[in-house]
Amino acid sequence: MAPTSAPDMLIPDVEDVVADARRRHGVTPPADQTMVINLGPQHPSTHGVLRLVLEIDGETVVSLAPDIGYLHTGIEKTCEAKFYQQVVPLTDRIDYLCPMTNNLAYCLAVEKLLGLEIPERAQYLRVLLNELTRIQSHLVWLGTHAMDIGALTVFLYCFREREEILRIFENVAGQRMMTSYFRVGGLSLEPPLDFYQQVENFLKIMPGRIQQYEDLLTGNPIWLKRIKGVGYLSAADAIALGVTGPPLRASGVDWDLRRDMPYSGYEKFQFKVPVSNDCDVWARYIVRMDEMRESVKICQQALAGMPTSGPITADAPKIILPEREKMKTQMEALIHHFKIVTEGFPVPAGEVFQAVESPRGEMGYYVVSDGTAKPYRVHMRNPSYATLQALEVMCKGRLLADVVAVIGSIDIVLGEIDR
Amino acid sequence: MDAGVFGTQAVLEALPENAAVKALASLATDAKFDRKELTITVARENIIAACKEVQQAGYNFLEDVTAVDWYPSEPRFQVTYHILSHSLKERVRVAVRLNGEDASLDSITSVWPSANFYEREVFDLFGVRFGGHPNLTRIMMPTDWNGHPLRKDYPVEGYR
Repeated sequence: MAPTSAPDMLIPDVEDVVADARRRHGVTPPADQTMVINLGPQHPSTHGVLRLVLEIDGETVVSLAPDIGYLHTGIEKTCEAKFYQQVVPLTDRIDYLCPMTNNLAYCLAVEKLLGLEIPERAQYLRVLLNELTRIQSHLVWLGTHAMDIGALTVFLYCFREREEILRIFENVAGQRMMTSYFRVGGLSLEPPLDFYQQVENFLKIMPGRIQQYEDLLTGNPIWLKRIKGVGYLSAADAIALGVTGPPLRASGVDWDLRRDMPYSGYEKFQFKVPVSNDCDVWARYIVRMDEMRESVKICQQALAGMPTSGPITADAPKIILPEREKMKTQMEALIHHFKIVTEGFPVPAGEVFQAVESPRGEMGYYVVSDGTAKPYRVHMRNPSYATLQALEVMCKGRLLADVVAVIGSIDIVLGEIDR
Repeated sequence: MDAGVFGTQAVLEALPENAAVKALASLATDAKFDRKELTITVARENIIAACKEVQQAGYNFLEDVTAVDWYPSEPRFQVTYHILSHSLKERVRVAVRLNGEDASLDSITSVWPSANFYEREVFDLFGVRFGGHPNLTRIMMPTDWNGHPLRKDYPVEGYR
């Protein structure tokens, strides 16, 4: 076979190939042709059932419209048909990655309506469990976010640690995910004896593990190329669009409800609020990594400062179910139990709004009471819902692949978007 | 539990230094300070003006827009705005009461773009219309859905 001449071996220019193909097929596309495509609702990077209607020019995003409503649960309507205590398990399901945070926000709102005081030990336990929830929620975020971008190892590592936290939840509440551990007026059960040791062991290993994730990602050139400078969201835009939580702090707004409007005894804890001025996906990553470290510190303080004994429920026999043992000996306890289970407890009329800092941002519960045993209206103000509005601002003019990185960075949970 | 303060005049006297009370003193039709939460009711034609006033007064962050259906009493709907101030570390609840036959008011998307999704949600689930909204369409329910599920006269298990 004769040796081919040098010019034939050159790789042809892509433009030339395309031009040639167009000439042969008689295609002359207009210069500014855009295409509408659907990302989701079942795409793995949309974290649930989010459908994004994207208008793209080549690979550049021209416009983006989120389409939600695939998960419609009717949860707010259902709340209106239940007794106050029956709503607690429903709140677990609104955001399945932070059930404890939802429990807390709802219970605090109803307690505010009732004017109930919660014992110190219950408050400490609530804070401890909330911070563990934050860590496990951030671990799912980190794992799936890294996986969206193509780093599978981190996902496996994160789920290894998350499993430890779920074991703690299982030990304390009997459930791994839908814990329903909190009650209006306190907690449902006394934590088992090995609970404190279990948490302590976990807190000992966790800082090292967070370092492991950072070793894998923070200096990784592929990771940096995909997230640095991507998904810019200015502080003014973040506030105007209702963004809260880590995305807000990553835009340089120093605001954290735990520090600035403390609830459930958070004023007793010392912790830093991580803030970054980079406003991009990288900033959201760094802010959440630091938040996990701070959460570990809060958990340690909670363990150290917790009273060793004392009740875990408020002294309100008409609201809290009596202990099982008391029901066998005391007629009163039996009556209270019967009445709470069959008739609920009336809550004085009024309206309250209670927001807590969930892993995704400000989770607010607006509860309206008309004086009966069923809530007249329960509205959940969910952080992802507002953050989703900012998605278009973050993605416009960027590449299609950047949309995936940005969705991961806002840590979306579709359960809390649909009502 | 400390007793609340009810009525515009009483709230004005109890909280003369509150920034939201000062800003909305002339627009308020009713006010209450109950369970340490301030609620100020304004007339529906004043909602944009009220939002601009509280924004000027330092309440920079719109947290939530929702509604309550007080069926069968009139005025039937209460549209509630929760507005937060990052600098004052305070919240104010602005409320608007609407009649059942004519449940409509102005959209505040010009003051806070974040109201876009919230108002669509209220429209979808309560049937309250927002004039001047850029895209007032259903957001949760299918476009051909019959009725507004969060109204009190909509059965929990749905029609059928």
